[in-house]
Amino acid sequence: MTFQEYLKNNNVYLDGGMGTLLQEQGLRPGEYPERWNISHSDIITKIHKDYFDAGSNVVCTNTFGANALKFSDDELDEIIKAAVANAKAAKEQSISAKEKFIALDIGPSGKLLKPLGDLDFEDAVGVFAKTVSLGVKYGVDLILIETMNDSYETKAALLAAKENSELPVIVSNAYGEDGKLMTGATPSAMVAMIEGMGADALGANCSLGPEQLRGVAEELLENASIPVIMKPNAGLPKSVNGKTVFDVTAEEFSDEVASLMKKGVRVAGGCCGTTPEYIKALAVKTADFAAVPVEPKNITVVSSYTHAIKFDEPILIGERINPTGKKRFKQALIENDIDYILSEGVRQQEKGVHILDVNVGLPDIDEPKMLKTAVCELQAIIDLPLQIDTSDTAAMETALRRYNGKAMINSVNGKQESMDAVFPLVKKYGGLVVALTLDESGIPETAEGRFKIAEKILANAAKYGIDKKDIIFDTLAMTVSADNTAAVATLKALRQIKTELGCHTSLGVSNVSFGLPNRDAINGIFFALALENGLSAAIMNPFSQDMMKTYYAYKALKGLDENCAAYIGAAESFTTVAAAVVPETKKTAEEFSSELQRAVIKGFKEKSGELTKALLASVPPLEIVNNEIIPALNIVGNGFENKTVYLPQLLMSAEAAKSAFEVIKSFMAGGEKADGKGVFVIATVYGDIHDIGKNIVKLLLENYGFDVVDLGKDVPPEAIAEKVVELHAPLAGLSALMTTTVPAMEETIKQLREKAPWCKVVVGGAVLTQEYADKIGADKYAKDAMECVRYAETVTQRG
Amino acid sequence: MNSVILSKNYIEPPFCEREILRYAGCKSVDAELSALLKLCIKEANGKFDYKVCYREFHISLDGDVCDFGAFRLKSEKLAANLSHCKRVIIFAATVGVEIDRLIAKYGRLSPSKALMFQAIGAERIEALCDTFCDDISSEMNVALKPRFSPGYGDLPLDSQNAIFSVLDCGKRIGLSLNDSLLMSPSKSVTAFAGISDIEEKHTTNKCGACNQKDCAFRGAL
Repeated sequence: MTFQEYLKNNNVYLDGGMGTLLQEQGLRPGEYPERWNISHSDIITKIHKDYFDAGSNVVCTNTFGANALKFSDDELDEIIKAAVANAKAAKEQSISAKEKFIALDIGPSGKLLKPLGDLDFEDAVGVFAKTVSLGVKYGVDLILIETMNDSYETKAALLAAKENSELPVIVSNAYGEDGKLMTGATPSAMVAMIEGMGADALGANCSLGPEQLRGVAEELLENASIPVIMKPNAGLPKSVNGKTVFDVTAEEFSDEVASLMKKGVRVAGGCCGTTPEYIKALAVKTADFAAVPVEPKNITVVSSYTHAIKFDEPILIGERINPTGKKRFKQALIENDIDYILSEGVRQQEKGVHILDVNVGLPDIDEPKMLKTAVCELQAIIDLPLQIDTSDTAAMETALRRYNGKAMINSVNGKQESMDAVFPLVKKYGGLVVALTLDESGIPETAEGRFKIAEKILANAAKYGIDKKDIIFDTLAMTVSADNTAAVATLKALRQIKTELGCHTSLGVSNVSFGLPNRDAINGIFFALALENGLSAAIMNPFSQDMMKTYYAYKALKGLDENCAAYIGAAESFTTVAAAVVPETKKTAEEFSSELQRAVIKGFKEKSGELTKALLASVPPLEIVNNEIIPALNIVGNGFENKTVYLPQLLMSAEAAKSAFEVIKSFMAGGEKADGKGVFVIATVYGDIHDIGKNIVKLLLENYGFDVVDLGKDVPPEAIAEKVVELHAPLAGLSALMTTTVPAMEETIKQLREKAPWCKVVVGGAVLTQEYADKIGADKYAKDAMECVRYAETVTQRG
Repeated sequence: MNSVILSKNYIEPPFCEREILRYAGCKSVDAELSALLKLCIKEANGKFDYKVCYREFHISLDGDVCDFGAFRLKSEKLAANLSHCKRVIIFAATVGVEIDRLIAKYGRLSPSKALMFQAIGAERIEALCDTFCDDISSEMNVALKPRFSPGYGDLPLDSQNAIFSVLDCGKRIGLSLNDSLLMSPSKSVTAFAGISDIEEKHTTNKCGACNQKDCAFRGAL
């Protein structure tokens, strides 16, 4: 019988702890337990056999840390070969009459993935892939990915398992006392991602005892449509006479795990501190427990690396990360200005959207590369789920692969070509896919026509094993100004799909008002009508008051907002925004200008932006820069150099100035560009992931009119040299925090000297000194950001 | 020596604004700065997870070689720090990943806030280490030497490898070591805290042991 067949109708018993038993047998601190597969195969085999004899159906190979980061390829092969052989020997020797399986045990890599740590996602996939392939080679029955405390690493391991084997994969995470993974994911978020990627079971192990894991178990059971695993510790470790003792006895442990099995846990075992005695107690106690059937939950859900969003209430999808019709956004994409994209994301998050749509498609742009960058950068700072919005399936796959969680995908449609391209990606990476009700013959005018396409899409999805809960239909809002029955058809199709197919729906609401004046008024009402006809999610502009009013009012009226609290909270902001748009016509330009200087000096970000906007009505942009912003910055900069102003204050002013510049930039977007002082390429050098210093320098340089090309952190020397050559940049700035990365800085300078001898190189960072800078051949050591600006000005003046 | 790796979680130690400002490089504070600080503390509040894992080792000293049984380290300064000690607590502490996310977020959007969050993180992890050392000191009823970390004095950063090999930091507190020998989450500390045989209370003034007299962050002695 295969593991999958057995799992279908039976409770499955895993084994218990290994590490604590090996310590008792003499494993020394710092010694790799995996090497014992070879050096102490008798002991390992005996432990496996004891677990089989105690009633385990599955023993896990002693390969928790067996990966290519810790061992050479040859040793890794030897270790996994021996580990599987030990488990097989135990299986042969065991007297147990139960079904017995061997799981390849895969624990965390020991490294945290980027952006929090330094291991690249694809490198992690590669590390796990090696272990998986060896497990397959030596003949395990299934793969257990366990003790993962990070959602992204879980994804890397699961992807590696799926790409390199046909074996069943079960996945277990380590939750903390707060019921979340170390990097923040909730159990429901993990269910969304792991189930979406096609694991055979999922659950929790390690960290805590069974009692403390109860909440996690309940949340998993509530959400998972696949069997749930529980493999808790024997409580917490204590030191008694220099020995590790766990505080939950076999009796207590088995009672508690048995009660979790009664609730529906289907795969049970133990982690740290548990022994064959614990498993035996559990197996005996639950021998006559019938396996609780696993019911499909039919939950439509997406997730980020922290939380899940369920479509059981109206969902707002922010549409602003999209260049269509936005000059300033197009400019940002062309200039690779990721910060602008990020700020659009954060602003929408602050407005309360649940999901961010991400569309970075422009002609002449490498969309796969840009979409991947945007997704990774957004996920580094924003914890909302993303909707990957592209018609380029290569870009879609790149982004889905890197996405941390279960993404929303925009979109597939009824054309065979589209379904053939998109559904395999949904199946492989998981996801909730927006399906547009159009096909080869276009968009049907009638609701019935669109409904038929929806049915066709569902049938095709089913062929790929994609459930209807993972399809969300967009019945396409058409412009009512062109056809006054358009809105009615869209709404009717919505209702029909919701009631007859039981599927969720979404709409890009604002299309409906195209070509009409005061579009927001139409959009807001159309949104209300759509919600009443069963709309689940709107792709919308959260800065539109009419849309937000509809959203909050609808929820209050439909009993979805307890005590109308959310409405009341939002209503306050409606009034503030309304007040802010009242034009302040009484003030003269002069009054604004002195106020602007003061706002910049004091570091008032919003006020600086607002005052600049007001000034632009009567003063040319360059005059504002030269007569207001720069003098204000100089006052603060001089204060910093004279030590009367501290760095945080300097930065607050710089940010206020930036917000003023941003207003000016938007004002001039698409028009003529102000002459910059020259291109300044900056980067944190290879191997170094610290970028605050570099970001500070960037901010100030931009304030002073330099075109800064920021290559980011951990940048290889070649990449920096190439960029400088490409732009013929007169200046390059390199930052390093650590002594260990100064050699990378030295190498970068060397390459710059060879390939771009005209370029002046300025260096800075915590470990640098004048002496170091001289030694590695820099033109200038700048002790702080202001000094860097001053130096840059001398270079460009000379040039 | 086959001692036990133990873990502890702590509730939030009180914030010290003065220390945060010191880490931010501010010797005085005006209204705007104070408002920024308060705003950042408010945003960071509740996002920390105070965890420590630790293990006790016997130690024997031979000149500048410190022998912990599981590994040896050569460092004159560490040997001096551990003189008169027969036992040492090796610990790793972290305040979790959320502060790194805040720093990363504002590093892109508002460097002044990023700087403040850096300072808050530094103050938090030091406060955690102080809390832990006080706690262990009273729990074991011993005096602890001032804690000593890789990178202090002549103790090379690669002694991190030894510490990580004996503490199981990943599983216990979610701490990992990068190739650069710095840690993720970044607001984390590993250290040796000698158990002193002679009456000598550990001091929270880490700067006293340091030779860098002109350091911008040097605390008042």
